[in-house]
Amino acid sequence: MPSRIVTLKLNGAERELIARPSTTLLDALRETFGLTGAKRGCAQGGCGSCTVLLDGRPVVSCLIPVVTVDGSTVDTIEGLADGDRLDDVQQAFVDHFATQCGFCTPGMIMSATALLDRKPDPTRQEVTEAICGNVCRCTGYEPIITAVLAAAEHRRGVPLASAEAEV
Amino acid sequence: MALRQGRGYAAVNYPTGMNLGGDPSQALVHATTMGGFVVTLSSVDLGQGLRTVIAQCAAETLGLPIENIIVDTADTDTGPHCMGTFASRGTHRVGNAVIMAAREARDVMLQVAADELEVDAEDLETDGTGFIRLKGSSEKKIHVSDVALAAHFRQGRTISGRGIFLKEPSTPVPETGEMDPDSCQAHACTVAEVEVDDETGVIEVLRLYNTYEIGRALNPAIATQQVEGGAWMGLSHALFESTEPYYPHSREHGPVDFTEYLMPGPADIPAQTSLFLERPAADGPFGAKGIGEMTANAPIPAIANAVYDAVGVRLTSMPFTPEKVLRGLDELRAGRAG
Ligand code: FES
Ligand code: FES
Repeated sequence: MPSRIVTLKLNGAERELIARPSTTLLDALRETFGLTGAKRGCAQGGCGSCTVLLDGRPVVSCLIPVVTVDGSTVDTIEGLADGDRLDDVQQAFVDHFATQCGFCTPGMIMSATALLDRKPDPTRQEVTEAICGNVCRCTGYEPIITAVLAAAEHRRGVPLASAEAEV
Repeated sequence: MALRQGRGYAAVNYPTGMNLGGDPSQALVHATTMGGFVVTLSSVDLGQGLRTVIAQCAAETLGLPIENIIVDTADTDTGPHCMGTFASRGTHRVGNAVIMAAREARDVMLQVAADELEVDAEDLETDGTGFIRLKGSSEKKIHVSDVALAAHFRQGRTISGRGIFLKEPSTPVPETGEMDPDSCQAHACTVAEVEVDDETGVIEVLRLYNTYEIGRALNPAIATQQVEGGAWMGLSHALFESTEPYYPHSREHGPVDFTEYLMPGPADIPAQTSLFLERPAADGPFGAKGIGEMTANAPIPAIANAVYDAVGVRLTSMPFTPEKVLRGLDELRAGRAG
């Protein structure tokens, strides 16, 4: 199969690349577009560190040949912050020490974002299910669950822990 | 057949740092033109929070806000020497080196400020907000950014400092085996509460209570993270993880990748409660000991003891699989029947 031109709406902007049939969405993000937020942990769908949103749904980008998603909308961790201003999920991860080495963090945040976009008032159980495909070797998960629940509260109008410090 | 609960505990005594041919770490500190202080290191932060704790040590010693500190661990080719991030040594070794370097830089900073204010350096103090002021005076003061500008463009000085912490080599006395292998020792105890299904052999860890004596917790939030993230890894070793008995031939039989290698996920975690006892170590930076590696240790025997308490099965090899629990229960029943 020959290479093809693929168009993506990537973090809000139209982007094009020439992709071989074997090029994964993760390859395209990291190698072609230089977006290295999504990580390659296992390259086989087992760790979730490559999670991005494809048309709003969380996917493991290492398993998706990019030619199969021509014309789709892709959102990555790089698209969340507004300049230096973190979005609420990112800020909640900082506030609640939900990251140590950070390797799982972009995938965790994208999985959490997909959940909160769909359901702003998830139960602890729903948060757990939303991130159960994301492996974290450092934190023991509890601070991550706490951060996602705090971000959810923020979406329902409760200020983030850091909000006072910002003013 | 029933769910049986049990409780067990285990304690650990863990050395900070090690001592082969001597164990040094170095740090360099210098001021930028704007009054930022760069701490240059070769020490690597793998996620333990070393950069944060180092910035705290530098800020505390310099008497400046933490925002003024820039930690640069970028390049082990060109940075001052560090043995590395291992043996729970980072905070202890690097912290001490940074404090020494920051003290030297602070002395120069105060001297530059003294010359600008036309007072004696000994009469100056830092107020922690960025000002250096005459003790007892609220008027006579100068901001660190003006001190840095003056040093660079008027006085022609570098505000800088050098630091090293060296744990000197120590070899065992042949007759007694006596030696000085580490710098200090941290202590911990974990209590585990488990529930064991005596029909399936599945162990669930319900709660972990962790108490740590780590000298001083320089950053209690990060230290708690280390304890609870480490306990998760201990739990993972206790119940799930193994390349045995296949290692080193895992390729043929055993787990070779993330999809086969078992680890507890977010639905498998116990509730944790963690406390620190603070007894500052004489040779630690602000009294701190190392905490990194010890945190995965105590949960494992604590869980084994809790399983024994719950169902009477003494497990001696990890991971504590349902199969091992069931075999142990079978043996107990056979013993009773015989
Ligand atoms: S890299 Fe895609 S799931 Fe691990
Ligand atoms: S923070 Fe290190 S893997 Fe999650």
